[in-house]
Amino acid sequence: MDFNYSEEQQMLADSVRRFVQQDYDFDSRRKIVESEDCFSSQHWQTFAELGWLMVPFTEADGGLGGTAVDLLPVMEEFGRGMVVEPFLPCAVLAGGLLAECGSEAQKAELLPALIDGKLQLAFAFTEPLGRFNLADIDCRAHRDGDHYQLDGHKSVVLNGGAAEQLIVAARTNGDRCDRDGISLFLVDAGAVSRHSYKNVDGHGAADIRLDNVHVPAAARLGEEGAALAAIEKCIDRATLAVCAEAVGAMDSALEKTLEYARTRKQFGRPIGSFQALQHRMADMFIECEQARSILLMAATQLDANGGVAPRAVSAAKSRIGRAARHLGQEAVQLHGGIGVTDELDVAHLFKRLTAVQYLFGSTDFHTARFARCQ
Amino acid sequence: MDTRFSQEELVFRDRVRAFLQAKLPEDIRRRTLRGLHLEKNDYVRWQKILYQQGWAAPNWPEQYGGTGWSATCKAIWADECARAGAPEVIPFGMKMVAPVIYSYGTEEQKQRFLPDILASNAWWCQGYSEPNAGSDLASLKTTAARDGDHYIVNGTKTWTTLAQFADWVFCLVRTGGPEVKDQQAISFLLIDMHSPGITVSPIRTLDGYPEVNEVHFDNVRVPVENRIGEEGRGWTYAKVLLTHERTGIARVPQTRRRLEDARARAAETGDGGASLLENPVFAQKLAELEIELIALEYTELRTLAAVNTGQAPGPESSILKIKGTEVAQQVDELQVEIAGYHGMPFVPEQFREDFGGTPVGPDTAATSWLRYFNNRKASIYGGSNEIQKNIICKAVLGLGG
Repeated sequence: MDFNYSEEQQMLADSVRRFVQQDYDFDSRRKIVESEDCFSSQHWQTFAELGWLMVPFTEADGGLGGTAVDLLPVMEEFGRGMVVEPFLPCAVLAGGLLAECGSEAQKAELLPALIDGKLQLAFAFTEPLGRFNLADIDCRAHRDGDHYQLDGHKSVVLNGGAAEQLIVAARTNGDRCDRDGISLFLVDAGAVSRHSYKNVDGHGAADIRLDNVHVPAAARLGEEGAALAAIEKCIDRATLAVCAEAVGAMDSALEKTLEYARTRKQFGRPIGSFQALQHRMADMFIECEQARSILLMAATQLDANGGVAPRAVSAAKSRIGRAARHLGQEAVQLHGGIGVTDELDVAHLFKRLTAVQYLFGSTDFHTARFARCQ
Repeated sequence: MDTRFSQEELVFRDRVRAFLQAKLPEDIRRRTLRGLHLEKNDYVRWQKILYQQGWAAPNWPEQYGGTGWSATCKAIWADECARAGAPEVIPFGMKMVAPVIYSYGTEEQKQRFLPDILASNAWWCQGYSEPNAGSDLASLKTTAARDGDHYIVNGTKTWTTLAQFADWVFCLVRTGGPEVKDQQAISFLLIDMHSPGITVSPIRTLDGYPEVNEVHFDNVRVPVENRIGEEGRGWTYAKVLLTHERTGIARVPQTRRRLEDARARAAETGDGGASLLENPVFAQKLAELEIELIALEYTELRTLAAVNTGQAPGPESSILKIKGTEVAQQVDELQVEIAGYHGMPFVPEQFREDFGGTPVGPDTAATSWLRYFNNRKASIYGGSNEIQKNIICKAVLGLGG
């Protein structure tokens, strides 16, 4: 057994880490988060030039190989640096769906532009009434000759504000929560009405209304009514990616807490010398290690099973969600007053670690899904 | 043993309910229940209504304007206020400095300060913590050097809640030199926030709101007559104040309201076909929290009963601080879970009264994540929960060291 990255994967990790250290310090990140688009298009071009946008894709699709393990070095370092550029929603999730379901023509039209950093995509699947059940889709698509008419409301669509093209999950058949009858459509962002905003973790998102939106039949991705399996597969891959991001963010939260405990003095000694606090930090360390272990399990399981390993992914999301909660809360608590201020990086790690607990299904959702997959 | 309310207490409860129904302004109630930050004027407006009724300061002795209520009636009052959505009393004047003034102040100080606190004419803030004196408060460095009939105050206080509104600050300052032991070097000063040399720098908390501040003192002249009690005895007075701060810190009524709100919202939240309230894992978490809250309620009632028979709240009140903040934070987390994705968007404009657009997600979702972030402070302020456990170990369990 070998738990080490390959040479290429290690080089990738090093290159992302160098970028974070040199160009993504906390103040630079703050400026990006406060900007209109919630991300830096200059950085996005850098991602393209360094080949990072190729990472999620197979060689046939113009990528580098696109294994699940390949995603880990990038996402972990992004987690460490709290990078808000939309690598996950654009390249991993929407790009993944396009690669999974798109026709050769659709892929040829869009994937090279995405990989070159020239096209922003988003996957619109969550709805105001739905929760984490991916089949709970009420947005409707009616076939009308050689067109579809789409109506519905999508909420908290990650990268939904910046995306030029949206992949919309809509129901061509059946009722809310039916597994059959869900289709995917490429929709020009200009055809919908959008309310863009920033999420609490600094990532951009949008609420999207589709009101009598017409798209040609050729804009459908994959078969009509049969998209759910592909959606689940791509969301699972994105779930693994966000787990890797969380592991990087947790390591960073632990490091910063240890550093603070070594230097902050109260009662004439570093607070890290108090045994009650030492044990708390030992628990944080154990959580980080358990999280990393289950992450590596899930990544290798995905690669060994053609990208379909729901039980492994849910195990990872459940366990890492629990660890993310623990690390975020404890890092803040051990920092004391400064930990609840906006000026401290740890506070922002805590916010992102809260968001990742809910992205693509909460901890409880994935625990229950794991149990069902026995 | 009898844990029922008496007939008089039940009558009192009905009277309180009728008053809140009639007098609590609807806009203030709505903002409080939504979990929005209130404006200074909202707090003052409500506090003045209470003042008109003679109910502004239930915890004060009657001779200074208190209500003369029993501890049980005060608990009923707090419970009904929370239930009705009344804003919480800003504690710094009413609950923190006033007890020090009426316990240790001169007659002149009582007459000068207490009426304005009672009528909410003056807003107070607390100058205790410093950048390098948090849990180890006694190591504070702000100095007050004697210059005739004034002190010259220099230093920085931090985590000063809502200092941007304040007219006065009560401060712990160092009057003794380095040769004096920490606890005997500290004095208690009342300082006019409008004095030359004071600057207030806001600090944004996790929800983006400038809730706390750093307050800088640069050669601020403070009349000696603004010192409470004796020079070098400030630490003793402050400890009394901290005990007052801890009673009521269990916040059972507020947490119960949030728990009931969570139950109602979960019933309205879909979860893959059924409601979230019907999800057994969620229902179990809700039940466990409710049980913990009942236990905490009875721990607090036992403390109150002891106070009623003349025993001061002792170090046991640390239990109330620890469990009270833990349960409240867990209820906050339950609210985060109910909101799910819809708590993520940060759209501050939709918190404004005049917001005319369509809110992102359900009405209460947007504030629940922010409240969760904001309330991580609860296990840190008022003596962190770690410090409270040290107090229990030393003062209750007899574990020295």
